[in-house]
Amino acid sequence: MMRIKTPGKGRIRRELDKRAPKLVETGKKTLILHGTKTSGVLNSVLTEIYHLKRDDSVKYTRKNDTVRPFESGGETSLEFYSLKTDCSLFVFGSHSKKRPNNLVIGRFYDHHIYDLVEIGVENFRSMDSFSYDKKFAPLIGSKPFFAFIGEGFENVDELKHLKEVLLDLFHGQAVTNLNLAGLDRVFVCTALSSNKIFFSHCALRLKKSGTTVPRMELVEVGPSMDMVVRRHRLPDDHLRKEAMKTAPELTKKKEKNVSKDPIEGKIGKIYIPDQKVGSVPLANIAKGLKRERREAKLMKSEDKKQKKQKQESE
Amino acid sequence: MAEAQYEVDLGNLMAFDPHHRFVSPPSSREELSKASIEHGTKLVQAIADVLFSLPSREDQDGPIVTLPAPTTKLPRAKPLPKPRPPTNWEVFAQKKGIQKRKKEKLVFDDNTESWKRRHGYDRVNDDNDIPIIEAKATDEPGTDPFAERRKEKKGRVDKQEKNRLHNLKQAAKVGALPSHIQLAATALPITGTQSMPKKISKDELQNVAGMAATATASGGKFDKKLPGEKPPKHEKKYRKFLPAVEGSGMGSMERQQTEKVLNKLISKDSHEILNVEKAVNMYNVKSDKRQQKKQGGKSSSSSRLKPDKKSFKKSSNKKSPYKGKGKSK
Repeated sequence: MMRIKTPGKGRIRRELDKRAPKLVETGKKTLILHGTKTSGVLNSVLTEIYHLKRDDSVKYTRKNDTVRPFESGGETSLEFYSLKTDCSLFVFGSHSKKRPNNLVIGRFYDHHIYDLVEIGVENFRSMDSFSYDKKFAPLIGSKPFFAFIGEGFENVDELKHLKEVLLDLFHGQAVTNLNLAGLDRVFVCTALSSNKIFFSHCALRLKKSGTTVPRMELVEVGPSMDMVVRRHRLPDDHLRKEAMKTAPELTKKKEKNVSKDPIEGKIGKIYIPDQKVGSVPLANIAKGLKRERREAKLMKSEDKKQKKQKQESE
Repeated sequence: MAEAQYEVDLGNLMAFDPHHRFVSPPSSREELSKASIEHGTKLVQAIADVLFSLPSREDQDGPIVTLPAPTTKLPRAKPLPKPRPPTNWEVFAQKKGIQKRKKEKLVFDDNTESWKRRHGYDRVNDDNDIPIIEAKATDEPGTDPFAERRKEKKGRVDKQEKNRLHNLKQAAKVGALPSHIQLAATALPITGTQSMPKKISKDELQNVAGMAATATASGGKFDKKLPGEKPPKHEKKYRKFLPAVEGSGMGSMERQQTEKVLNKLISKDSHEILNVEKAVNMYNVKSDKRQQKKQGGKSSSSSRLKPDKKSFKKSSNKKSPYKGKGKSK
């Protein structure tokens, strides 16, 4: 017989249930780690990305010499870390002569690498170097706005990919109900050339404008940097198809002919086929008979009707 | 007019301007960041125009808005969970139209005249609470009614466990095991995609055991057989050597074999066995190769300007038609 193990403690069971695949996913966790060598710039980039995503990320602080996302065989330990920490995004920093200040952002599907983008960090400015009124500082876990500027994000393959990955990395929890008072941050990305973008994190101030829509004002709070796309790897077509599946309940058909009214409640429309009053056969009034017979016939038919009614009433 | 240019994805609070181009490329960093933030403000304002005009409901913390579904689709992190197949009971209940109904957790116990739990420790109608069971006329002498009750209860529990395992097995077949349940054979928690390890069948095991048995010096001849172990499939030798000494019966077999081969070669249709064309082709190809080697050695030393590839290609082209013919026949 098949042997089955169940966790003895409820806490463990709940923890395992949290990791189980869900019909509707709300958010992805991020794993932040680095290779054998990092630079000072890269260290602060990684810590600041961690600060931005504090609520749903895990940061590893040890060197990882077996992690090489783009090489075959270099992804095994990365995939293991993903399984261990239940993360489906990663940011991997490494620094070498060939690729200085290198940042690999990638995604997992089912704890296997889905896609990868490699970027070089240039002109990095950390959060500390910006001076602003600290009361505007964005709160952790708030839903950010995104502004992508430039035609490169549409035409160039690499930037298009990078745009999607950045959106996935920073968009936070997928929500349906949003508190408008909690909006306080914006990510601005501008395409500078075919492989270079300017990335900046800004705080958002809502100012009165006299209408219901407040006037937006951006205050740069950092980090800001230039990202140069180096290598990138798109997902397989069949893997992409698999990963883009949505819950079947979400694509439910619209209910026809039923509407709701705040006063009258549920209203339904019913369609009845045309009654065709003009072509209804009328009662056969016999003609050309003697009066008695005609009356007798009519009486007979009436009797029948009455009997029928009696039977029905019984 | 301005909003129409931007692509706004309200579900992700994202705006994208595919038409923007810097009028003059910004010379310094400050100018660049200033310009992009200025333009970013316009984009954010475009999102806000739509966002703040959505119907909202007031809450303690502020107005709450229901966002539409995002238009840019992002990949899932994990595969879609598969629905669990209905258990045997659920199939039965569906057929009979039996509906679930809520039962209270606490039940009044008539024996002790107090409210007790329906299930679990210190429950209602607990076997431990019954001091006396009245004897019936049908009772057989020598049986313990208490032990019988306990046995019945254990039987019911065992049956339920069996049913549970059966249902889990059905679920595992479809790949819809609950995530907290772990098959003993797999080390990692089940995420819904790992398939069950394949069970080794009895025959496969026996084959392996049989092969292992022949690994001794005697070929497993003098080994003790385990109960249920089958003899190895090939007990005897694979090759047979016929006696070289002539005689009758088996002795003449060797002679017959060699004669058969000889006759084939010497018979008048022997040209059919020897494919002359093929042989000629092979000879030609070999001689070609020999010549090439000689030429290649010379050419590499004499004319370095000539690319090697070209000469190689030409010769290969020459060869290929011959080869094709030879193969087809």
